[in-house]
Amino acid sequence: MATFSSTITLKDPKLAHGGSGIRPPAVDGGGGGGDDNGYSDYGARLRRARLGTIIALVAVVMVFVALTSAYVVRRGLPVMDERSGSYVRDWMEVNLPTALLLVNTLVLLVSSVTAEFARRQITRRVALVPVESIPGVSIGQERNFPWLPLTALLGLGFLFGQWAAWRELQDRGFALATSASSSFVYLLTATHGVHLAGGVLAMLYAAITSLTRKPVEARRIVVDVTVWYWHFMALLWLYIFALLEFAR
Amino acid sequence: MATTASIHAHAAPQGFIRKYIFSLDHKVIGLQYYFLALTAVFVGMFLSLLMRIHLIWPQVSLPLVGEIKPETYLSLLTMHGTIMVFFVLTTAPQGGFGNYFLPIQVGAPDMAFPVLNMLSFWTTFIAFVTIIAAFFVTGGAPLHGWTGYAPLSALPNSGPGEQLGADLWVASIALFCIASLMGALNFITTTLDLRAKGMTLMRMPLTCWSWFITAILGLLAFGVLLSAGILLLLDRNLGTSFYVPLVVVNGQVMGHKGGSPLLWQHLFWFFGHPEVYIAILPGMGVTSQVISTFSRKPIFGYKAMAYALMAIGLLGFMVWGHHMFMSGMSPYSAFAFSIMTMAIGVPSAIKTFNWLGTLWGGRIRLQTPMLFAIGFVSLFVSGGLSGPFLAQPVLDIPLHDTYFVVGHFHLIMGVAAIFGIFAATYYWFPKMFGRMMNERLGQIHFFITLAGTYAIFMPMHYLGLAGQTRRYSQFTEVAYQTKLIPLQTFMTYAAFVTIGVQLVFLFNLFWSMFKGPKASDNPWEATTLEWTTATPPPHDNFGGRTPVVYHGPYEYGVPGAARDYIMQTDPATVPSH
Ligand code: HEM
Ligand SMILES: [Cu+2]
Repeated sequence: MATFSSTITLKDPKLAHGGSGIRPPAVDGGGGGGDDNGYSDYGARLRRARLGTIIALVAVVMVFVALTSAYVVRRGLPVMDERSGSYVRDWMEVNLPTALLLVNTLVLLVSSVTAEFARRQITRRVALVPVESIPGVSIGQERNFPWLPLTALLGLGFLFGQWAAWRELQDRGFALATSASSSFVYLLTATHGVHLAGGVLAMLYAAITSLTRKPVEARRIVVDVTVWYWHFMALLWLYIFALLEFAR
Repeated sequence: MATTASIHAHAAPQGFIRKYIFSLDHKVIGLQYYFLALTAVFVGMFLSLLMRIHLIWPQVSLPLVGEIKPETYLSLLTMHGTIMVFFVLTTAPQGGFGNYFLPIQVGAPDMAFPVLNMLSFWTTFIAFVTIIAAFFVTGGAPLHGWTGYAPLSALPNSGPGEQLGADLWVASIALFCIASLMGALNFITTTLDLRAKGMTLMRMPLTCWSWFITAILGLLAFGVLLSAGILLLLDRNLGTSFYVPLVVVNGQVMGHKGGSPLLWQHLFWFFGHPEVYIAILPGMGVTSQVISTFSRKPIFGYKAMAYALMAIGLLGFMVWGHHMFMSGMSPYSAFAFSIMTMAIGVPSAIKTFNWLGTLWGGRIRLQTPMLFAIGFVSLFVSGGLSGPFLAQPVLDIPLHDTYFVVGHFHLIMGVAAIFGIFAATYYWFPKMFGRMMNERLGQIHFFITLAGTYAIFMPMHYLGLAGQTRRYSQFTEVAYQTKLIPLQTFMTYAAFVTIGVQLVFLFNLFWSMFKGPKASDNPWEATTLEWTTATPPPHDNFGGRTPVVYHGPYEYGVPGAARDYIMQTDPATVPSH
């Protein structure tokens, strides 16, 4: 993300307080040079897409912050017991199918690696575009492994595994409404699953665009932000898994 | 992420549908938001009028709704509050004016992600249709108030409107959250990444600062409400017990156990308090812009204004507990929330004094936008002064859920934000539609609305102190409250007049759109970027030019300058003296 951080620096605020007085001529604002705010050149678009992704991820984080705090609060909440008339703790530990979840985790981590390969592959291709455009220069056959479809497939595998884990939970007697704890297990995994499914769709979209005539620089933007999103989803899963496992 | 593929500077579309319906142009989307809010505000006003009528003539059967039962009253109240807070106060200032003017004021050709922008509007639109649909399903609209407290909101059999109507309500709010998140993403990225050369953060007009901070608040708050709403849907439909403890409804034990109604309150108000700032901050921005322009003076303390916005935003996330003093919270937490809440008074006062400081000694032009901006300050002060009262747990315990609170938040959040919208409408109308609005009608609109607002909401403080409770449909039968009926009657008449004069506004708006005198490119002699471009602005905002910014946004009355103002894009520096 090193390339991104340069965009939001506040350049030389001393030159630019609003109210009064006389300003020296322009200092560069946010647009980062370029004659048209860089509205449409690829470098600026990539930076903008990454910034947008980070901001979108902040929103996702807030969703999980809310769910986590609900989880923690509910877990520690005493409940009035009708029979004894006193407060008791009614939190029921969920018997998680840990082995299966570990397999799913592994699948997701591998998919994160393949996603990264996809990102690097297309970054390299973009770097080679100027070379290729020199007449008479051939850089040979760059191997293009279909990392994107593979990642999407692994993602689907993970989602399938999560579904299997739900079946397993039901067999063990934990349905959605069985207890507060089991409700949260379904809720957290489902919310993560929905976000990951969005990532799968984006992966497939990125893969399909490689069949179109879209310039590689434009496709790279899609791939790049999708992969960052994907990595984040992997990280998020690790967090959720740890929460469910260690704060049962 | 798919949207990133479409951020080419898009060419102006030709067909009607691409141009006016599914437009990617932020200006068209801004107008769509504005007219959506305009529709919503008239629905909301109509509902409030029905409530006011019922309060003093309980026997009268009313148009469209017929006889008013207590639960009908609660439905009216819920829909009024929800529509006003979400579809008016959140939609018009941010989605409407923010969309239209943020890109222009920072010198960008459009929002960062135009497709996302379009999706965000249409999601808001569907949310609006969804909530209106709640009126027409069996059982009617929900009863649980705009705050949707559980367990009332979580149990479909807790009242007539709590069946499908309540599900539609939650679904509508959830859609609204998603739309607002998309909007916030666009606003933040645009502000950070698409500013023109020379447009440093500290040269942004305060309007842009307020939209930017509002977007950050939205980004952090709406995800929480969304989560809370999903839990509510699960409780309602799939038998979970997040919010519902063991309860008995009509002698029947419900299947839930162990949930916490307070969990909903915490999640809701963690969103809810920032939400009140989401409603008001853009109004503050417009007020700053207008007061500076029409006083022909630089805004007093530009930096302090920007930092105060940030401080309000930050503190706004730490005070939600002041809505829950009555919930049995520990006195220590109540104390902390109380201190934090009163701390917000500091940046609020800074803003107020800076507005007054800007007016002080200015060459004031009392045109309609300025009238409404001054009205905003007035309402902000009158509504804000009751805040520190409510912020003290000992005072809040008797005042909570009385008309005192209703008076407080209507003045400061409801009408102040509406005055911000009016100021913005009168100020930017010439740029948006190329014509001027009628001044005389504007003045009539302003003075009657201001007087009417105070006539409706000031007495509420007395009613609250006298113990009149909020959300009750009838007081005429209650002995100790019959003495207050004349006051209630007065408020209802005031409401008739105030709502009536809004028709003058509506007439002025549409009449001027077609018949008003043609506006020049810069009729108010203002300095910010939207006034440097054509009226109305071309598709890419600056007609192929890319603006370069040399000055701060409020350079009025600069000594030695040729005119009494310097445009932000004016390269000439003034000789120093
Ligand atoms: C100095 C500033 C402020 C203070 C100290 C303050 C304090 C409070 C307190 C303590 C309450 C809770 C009263 C109760 O329910 O018993 C309250 C309610 C409320 N405030 Fe404020 N407030 C301030 C500014 C604002 C602003 C700027 C807005 C809106 C833009 C606002 C909107 C509201 C709303 C909507 C409610 C009622 C919510 C409900 O219960 O339905 N307040 N305020
Ligand atoms: Cu509050």
